[in-house]
Amino acid sequence: MSLLPNLRPGGRHGVASTETRDPIGYLVAGLSRLAQADLLDRLGLRKQAEQTVFTVTSGGFKAVTAASRQFSRRGSSKKPGVRPPGVSAPGTFDLTPTEDEQMLVDVVTEFADEVVRPAAAEANEACAAPTEVLEGSLEIGLPILGVPESLGGISEERSAMAGTLVAEALGKGDMGLAVAALAPGAVATAIGLWGSEEQQQTYLPAFTGDRGDEKVPAAALALAEPTVLFDALSPATTATRTDDGFVLDGVKSLVPRGAEAELFVVGATLDDAPVLFLIESSTPGLTVEADPSMGIRAASLTTLRLDGVRLDESAVLGDTDGTAYAECVRLSRLAWCALAVGTGQAVLDYVTPYVKEREAFGEPIAHRQSVAFMVADMATELQAMRLLTYKAAARAAAGKDFSQQVALARNLCADKAMRIGLDGVQLLGGHGFVKEHPVERWYRDLRVVGLAEGAVLV
Amino acid sequence: MSIWLDDPKKFRTLAGQAHQVAMNMLRPISRTYDRAEHEYPKELDMLAAMIDGLAESGASEGAGAAGVRRDESEADAGVKNGANLASVMSIAEMCWGDVGLLLSMPRQGLGNSAIASVADDEQLKRFEGVWAGMAITEPGTGSDSANITTTSVLDGDEYVINGEKIYVTSGDRADHIVVWATLDRELGRSAIKSFVVAKGTPGMRVDRLEHKLGIRASDTATIIFENCRVPKENLLGSPEIDPKQGFAGAMATFDNTRPLVASMAVGCATAALDLTRELLAQAGVVVDYDRPACLQSAAAAKVLQMEADLEAARLLMLQAAWMADNRKPNSLEASMAKAKAGRVGSDITLSCVELCGTVGYSENELLEKWARDSKILDIFEGTQQIQQLIIARRVLGLSSAELK
Repeated sequence: MSLLPNLRPGGRHGVASTETRDPIGYLVAGLSRLAQADLLDRLGLRKQAEQTVFTVTSGGFKAVTAASRQFSRRGSSKKPGVRPPGVSAPGTFDLTPTEDEQMLVDVVTEFADEVVRPAAAEANEACAAPTEVLEGSLEIGLPILGVPESLGGISEERSAMAGTLVAEALGKGDMGLAVAALAPGAVATAIGLWGSEEQQQTYLPAFTGDRGDEKVPAAALALAEPTVLFDALSPATTATRTDDGFVLDGVKSLVPRGAEAELFVVGATLDDAPVLFLIESSTPGLTVEADPSMGIRAASLTTLRLDGVRLDESAVLGDTDGTAYAECVRLSRLAWCALAVGTGQAVLDYVTPYVKEREAFGEPIAHRQSVAFMVADMATELQAMRLLTYKAAARAAAGKDFSQQVALARNLCADKAMRIGLDGVQLLGGHGFVKEHPVERWYRDLRVVGLAEGAVLV
Repeated sequence: MSIWLDDPKKFRTLAGQAHQVAMNMLRPISRTYDRAEHEYPKELDMLAAMIDGLAESGASEGAGAAGVRRDESEADAGVKNGANLASVMSIAEMCWGDVGLLLSMPRQGLGNSAIASVADDEQLKRFEGVWAGMAITEPGTGSDSANITTTSVLDGDEYVINGEKIYVTSGDRADHIVVWATLDRELGRSAIKSFVVAKGTPGMRVDRLEHKLGIRASDTATIIFENCRVPKENLLGSPEIDPKQGFAGAMATFDNTRPLVASMAVGCATAALDLTRELLAQAGVVVDYDRPACLQSAAAAKVLQMEADLEAARLLMLQAAWMADNRKPNSLEASMAKAKAGRVGSDITLSCVELCGTVGYSENELLEKWARDSKILDIFEGTQQIQQLIIARRVLGLSSAELK
């Protein structure tokens, strides 16, 4: 077989390299090539399939085309930025949100019900969020939720809890659209948390609307990379020191709305420690490619390639010892947990009336224990996911160490959220498998919870 | 008001004390009474006296089997962390020591919880200081407790009780038994009432003690009632048969005791996981919370999953107790807590034995014992399946006639 390595089937089309072809295999492979050839089409032997994949796809990586604005530099890169103070830890076990949080949740819930959910199916097909969803999210103030009041934002104190509740409420509307809407806020929140005075004064006004009519930029937090067994804390993307700054090389994935983003926060390894870098999309060496995935398609996922991207010294966001980076990874996982809770609730709310109405063998299927117990477990595990997520969020907001809490929340959410998505489809049977019902979308969306890094942040 | 799910600060001292008691009093005798089934753990008398003392001084914050009483009189003064939270936290610590011994604790029986839940003020005073076991299950009736056959007939100023009860925890050692009996089998569940019967009452006798898989330090008795006469004032709650109230009266006890059983499962599982984590660390397995489970060893990944499940059970338990403290109906949450704690209690204790190999399987360690003790916690006070039924009926809004 070593004589014909190029004829081996492995390494492509999801075929493992251990596979071999026998004579029939070669015959079938030949037929397949023929079937794919243009000849059939020229002869009119095949109906043209309609291509609906979004436009950045064709032709591979392209330069970031978003009309990148000029961010005029202000403030000092040596001075630390303004930091929102941590909430004081109350000490009393309590499940009641504050009045402000409740108000925020009510507003976002209404937005999720009235605007987000109705747009979800189409946005999934189009691999893009419609304007009214994005504009609505700006009106609510989602991008500046995590930005300190003194910098034009709306948070008086550390907003991880409010951010968690908002992500949950949005995730109940639609996870893909939630990611699209929350993506700019992830970058703004990161700048609020770790930015220098210069970074805060240069970039935050664009998010807070202090630049007149200029629209709030799309922006993306890019931590994930397209490798198996990816370890967020050891990115393969590298930052190399130069005389006046850094050169970055690598590929980032799961980058929401990357094609239109004007600002990126990118994770890269600098001197063996993971570090966050702020990169304007006009920087030479950045290219982006559409990366439509199994789910959260409305987030217009892309892959971002960095080829010799030169940044100056002030591009580092936060410290260079990995502290800010690790914090960022944890807060991002927290946001994914919150989204999982929201989408899990959507599944539960959808299957509950369904199993009571759907009849089999002369009675509603909900009257059968095998069905009812699936719903019971769904409700129980969902509430557990919520409690673990809230516990981590409350500690984060209070400025306490929450690394263990968020790890446990993510572990439970990754497992149970997928179970909920799986059972959501199963409870609808064949109806769950077709796009007439949203459960198949939630199934695809919930798969991301166990593997996502970056993109959202609370 | 703001969301905060760490252990209540107020009870940290209490939980710390309970942990010390569990470590220094229960653990040293844990294996002894597992082997010497049916032998009375005399050490507990001293401990019980100490617990009574703490209760009198107020230092125990009302924790214990009777801590489940819902005080309706208290004025609403913001969010409360009260006796229910104190109880689940301290019982979890005690069960980290030993579930069987906790269940044998004088004056801390499930019957005490029943009295605290249902008794009126006069009864509460009269039964103060008793040690009450709980008799519900019958040879032909387990989970289907609405179907019990033990009868209670009013004759003058006394009720006459007849029937056989099994699986009565502390049935031999307790000085009182709270027994469920029906006033009229024709009238169904609303006719089921609970009665307090003092030991030594003619007509009630302990027939035998069970030999069990786990919680062997705790005695589990079969009790026979033959024309056993009790004063009519010993009926807990209202003697009226109110079909509208249905089963609610007697069942209210369960809303209160299920979080307690959840806390037992949480305590037992915590014990197993604490020891396993240390044994694994000695073998070079350390969990990294920041790295995904799939990048770590299978053992570390399993520990991560167990910790997540345990934390889930623990928070569901705290939630149910917090709701009770704040007078919110918690039947759904109590069942969620018990369902989750029951199943992860088994998974964790059994997985810990597996991870630790023959070290875990041998009687030289307590891991195998915890894996036996934990099983009952997914059975008594409502099996896993009964909890799922309750949760499903609540979530789906179905009656017991629709979802059987």
